[in-house]
Amino acid sequence: MNSPHAELHQLSRQLIWTGFKQLVPISLFVIAFGIAFGLAAIQTGLSEAESVLMSTLVFAGASQFASLELWGPQVPLFTVLLTVFAINARHLLMGATLYPWLQHLPPGKRYGVMMVASDANWAMAMQAFTKEQPGLGLLFGGGLALWSCWILGTWLGIFFGSAIQEPQSLGLDMVMGCFLLAMVVGGDKNPRMLVIWSVAASSSLLAYRYLPENSHVIVGALAGGLLGAFWMESGDEH
Amino acid sequence: MSIETAGMGPMVIILAMALVTLATRWGGVYVMSFVPISYRVKQFINAMSGSVLVALITPMAVAGDNGARLALLATAIMMLLTRKPLPAIAAGVLAAALFRQL
Repeated sequence: MNSPHAELHQLSRQLIWTGFKQLVPISLFVIAFGIAFGLAAIQTGLSEAESVLMSTLVFAGASQFASLELWGPQVPLFTVLLTVFAINARHLLMGATLYPWLQHLPPGKRYGVMMVASDANWAMAMQAFTKEQPGLGLLFGGGLALWSCWILGTWLGIFFGSAIQEPQSLGLDMVMGCFLLAMVVGGDKNPRMLVIWSVAASSSLLAYRYLPENSHVIVGALAGGLLGAFWMESGDEH
Repeated sequence: MSIETAGMGPMVIILAMALVTLATRWGGVYVMSFVPISYRVKQFINAMSGSVLVALITPMAVAGDNGARLALLATAIMMLLTRKPLPAIAAGVLAAALFRQL
């Protein structure tokens, strides 16, 4: 990684506002995903307040959908938290890649900015840094745009969701699964990843059949993760 | 440990999920201020974050009805063709809806 330029880490009100505006187009899509989440949350049996609260406090779509998949009259807390951690562990990498610029900020700002870090604004910020432009405004302002649209979308989804009588006949119970699958298929695809996914899929299925309920998620995640750690990608880090 | 989704249960779960997620948002920056994250750990995290989604979806496809399977298939195909999640999800939902009307 290049040594960070002295001014690239600056974070002014102006830069935050610019970042906010630059992420608005993507945020409109986030509203649609939020609607999907709101719909799914209401179908799963979360109350309106709980659904909005989850989107507000967690603000991480895939993990929220995944938690709904494990939701029921009884929720296995440990499994849900491990699943949320496994899905959101990529934030750890985002923080690590942003560190060269974040280290110049005082701790309050540094961690405050990271509260709204997610895929789109992280990618835009990193793109800006590689072009020698300040990126933290994109990260924070853009994050605020994504966050508010995610909450708004969830709220709209709840609104529509409560009006729908038979969600299953409309295929709406599949929103969750299709969302998660789209995330998988949209990710890095190479022979190594396909093998890792196959191992994750088959170990998940075995655990689903033979191990206690809900353990399949953790078993699959660990199997895939460990394979990835021991069979490392050769070549450059990205 | 299981938590009942009556009363305050969901709030407790949501707060715990929020804390775990916040830890992932802060953790990378925090750890980096002491020691750089190793390549092996990065590879583990990368492989795990895809695998957990695969592990969630696989039983849905195996245990679900044909409508569910068709939905997942339609999403995968649309995603490969368009690389855009929204049309892919819409195609999946539509496929399940149409199939279940038959």
